[in-house]
Amino acid sequence: MSHIFVAGLGAVSPAGWTVAAMRESLDLAKPLPAQPLDQQKDRLLRAHLVPHPVTRPEFLAHPRLRRASAITHYTASAVLEAAASFRGARPENNRLGLIVCMQSGCVQYSCRFYDEALKNPATASPLLFPETVYAAPSSHVAALLENVTLVSSLVGDPSAFLQGVSLATQWLTEERVDACLVAGAEETNWITADALWHLDRTASISAGAGAVCLSREKGLSIGVELTAITDAHTYSAKKNRAQAARFMRHQLNGKSSGHGQELLCDGLGNSPRANAPELSAWRDWTGPRLSPKRILGEGLMAAAAWQCVAACDVVANRRFTAANVSLVGFNQQAIGARFETI
Amino acid sequence: MLFPTSSSPQGTARVVITGAGIATALGVGWKTNAEGFRAGRTAFRPVSLFDVSRQRAKNAAEMNLPSTLPPTRLDHRQVARLDRAGKMLLLAAYEAWQQSGWEAAENLPFVLGTTGGGMLFGEDYFRRALQQPWQHRGQAVRAVCYQPQVQARLVMDALNFSGPIITVSNACASGSNAIGQAYELVRSGQAERAVAGGYDSLCEMVFSGFDSLQALSPTVCRPFDARRDGLALGEGAAIVTLETLDSAKRRGAAILGELIGYASSIDQHHLTQPHPQGATTQLVMKSACAGARVTPKEIGYINAHGTGTVLNDSSEATAIGEWAGHRAATLPVSSTKANIGHLLGAAGAVEAVVCLMVLAEQWLPPETAFETPDPACKFPVVHQPQDANVNIVLSNSFGFGGVNASLIFRRWT
Repeated sequence: MSHIFVAGLGAVSPAGWTVAAMRESLDLAKPLPAQPLDQQKDRLLRAHLVPHPVTRPEFLAHPRLRRASAITHYTASAVLEAAASFRGARPENNRLGLIVCMQSGCVQYSCRFYDEALKNPATASPLLFPETVYAAPSSHVAALLENVTLVSSLVGDPSAFLQGVSLATQWLTEERVDACLVAGAEETNWITADALWHLDRTASISAGAGAVCLSREKGLSIGVELTAITDAHTYSAKKNRAQAARFMRHQLNGKSSGHGQELLCDGLGNSPRANAPELSAWRDWTGPRLSPKRILGEGLMAAAAWQCVAACDVVANRRFTAANVSLVGFNQQAIGARFETI
Repeated sequence: MLFPTSSSPQGTARVVITGAGIATALGVGWKTNAEGFRAGRTAFRPVSLFDVSRQRAKNAAEMNLPSTLPPTRLDHRQVARLDRAGKMLLLAAYEAWQQSGWEAAENLPFVLGTTGGGMLFGEDYFRRALQQPWQHRGQAVRAVCYQPQVQARLVMDALNFSGPIITVSNACASGSNAIGQAYELVRSGQAERAVAGGYDSLCEMVFSGFDSLQALSPTVCRPFDARRDGLALGEGAAIVTLETLDSAKRRGAAILGELIGYASSIDQHHLTQPHPQGATTQLVMKSACAGARVTPKEIGYINAHGTGTVLNDSSEATAIGEWAGHRAATLPVSSTKANIGHLLGAAGAVEAVVCLMVLAEQWLPPETAFETPDPACKFPVVHQPQDANVNIVLSNSFGFGGVNASLIFRRWT
């Protein structure tokens, strides 16, 4: 069996532009305030926005990032933070893989471009359009990192983040890359806030990115090993969300040693209806829980990445011997993962 | 478990295609499309789906969707949640599923490539939210149904299979990457079978986008022609069923072809422009050949990415020339985007099915509008219908963002 280790973590969230900032907010356990985003005729849309960085990140001077959308900036920052140790230890002869996962993707430029196209397609900006594609963030970040040899962009509900991690394990196991960065990212604007309002009025949209750097080398690890990713339990006519969540839980149960203190890093938000399947699947869980979305907002794919980053972070800091990540997606599947101390 | 798996990292299972479905502007189904590609028919017409009066380009390869969908397990409400793209996907998946002879299945991976998913739902949502923000009726459904995983789930329910859905969105390489990723799953032993392909429909935003870049041809799409002036957009879907050779033999399945090589690479030159010398294009073709254990001499036909833009075709032509060496002089190349336009996330999948047609029926698809070779082309561009003796073919796909992919198929005899 191949061993896959976590070699670095990165995060951009409404708490700030580092993992440390996110950790601090999660430790405080106080939900960050949502800010007014857009006043519609019949309602005010709110969002958890990423604050401006204290100092302008140097990477924003890269030619490929000057016109890039916020989602690319978040992805770049998280990925650079996650890759810092690995790149420092392996300045040469390292082949990187990059997998960027999204649900809504590049909505800011998409809305701007489509708005322009509807008003007058003859004057719609050719600078905006390329930035609307799902592949734009991964392309820019690959150019920034320079030594990336394999890239993919995956789209799905937040559970797809762990499919990205699974793809990374495949690339690593087959020795096609020396390390692989997996990022989950989102940006927000009025349309994502509006769409979420239509689906769940208790949630407020959020933005940012999370990234994990995976490697086969134990020596480069931050002290965390990826020990399991469950099957993807897809929702179907035969398997509803609650059943899929239970299957996922069952598979993760089989991985627990029963020794040491374990954390459950779940995807619970503020909606009783949306939470019900996940709560039911973990109803007998008596250990500590961490629910990043309750603090940071509904970050869609970024939130899934924050869950994994937070889980790895507590294991890396020896606060827990293992952490389970539970991702019960909105409309695709339930997948879980487990990270353990080395 | 997705990790750890019990598969071998150097898995060597042979992977064959036992079902293929296709829906393009040439029609629905293998037979209609094969006849069209073989004859070099083109399917472009004035765009009727949205207003293009203020665009430079006016034509695209629009599909005539059949008035009824094939009989599946979907009820009327579920069918109503399929937009144009979803219907194309269902048509292609249905044909592939029928051809494969597969029955109800669980844990069957469904790997899809798309750039827009249910973009028509998304556009509709946007317009309504702008124009009538106080009208909420139907917006929740649109917000959900534009997501590709929702369309994939509907197709799985329609055909009575379930399993992980993986949606790859590497721009115009998505379809090839999806088939390649499914190939890796089967080859490595993580799955014995997989369904894969790509789909995308025409939509206003993307048409406007390519038009704004002045990438659309205001005349005729002529890949590799010295007078080419841009690409033409199209729409459609293609799905293939992949399985191990052992599985296919065990079932006594008809085999359409063997997928023997796949590679992907990243061109970091520019977000929308390929490296002028096609450096990573050469790399991806070399890697795919290495995986397939074949040399350029053994390749009998290349279905090029060949968009018809000045930059893409000169880069790809240079790369093919460099990679193939002396073989280039006699290596037939064509781009079926000359017939059905650029299908974006579906392109690589549709072109993979065209490659299977070439292998199964032994002809080459011509670009009938091709007249004057670009000097960069060291290879013959197929421009007249012709029969051929082809055993191995290569299909190239390149996307915005720089992800490149090559697939290599072998004839099954």
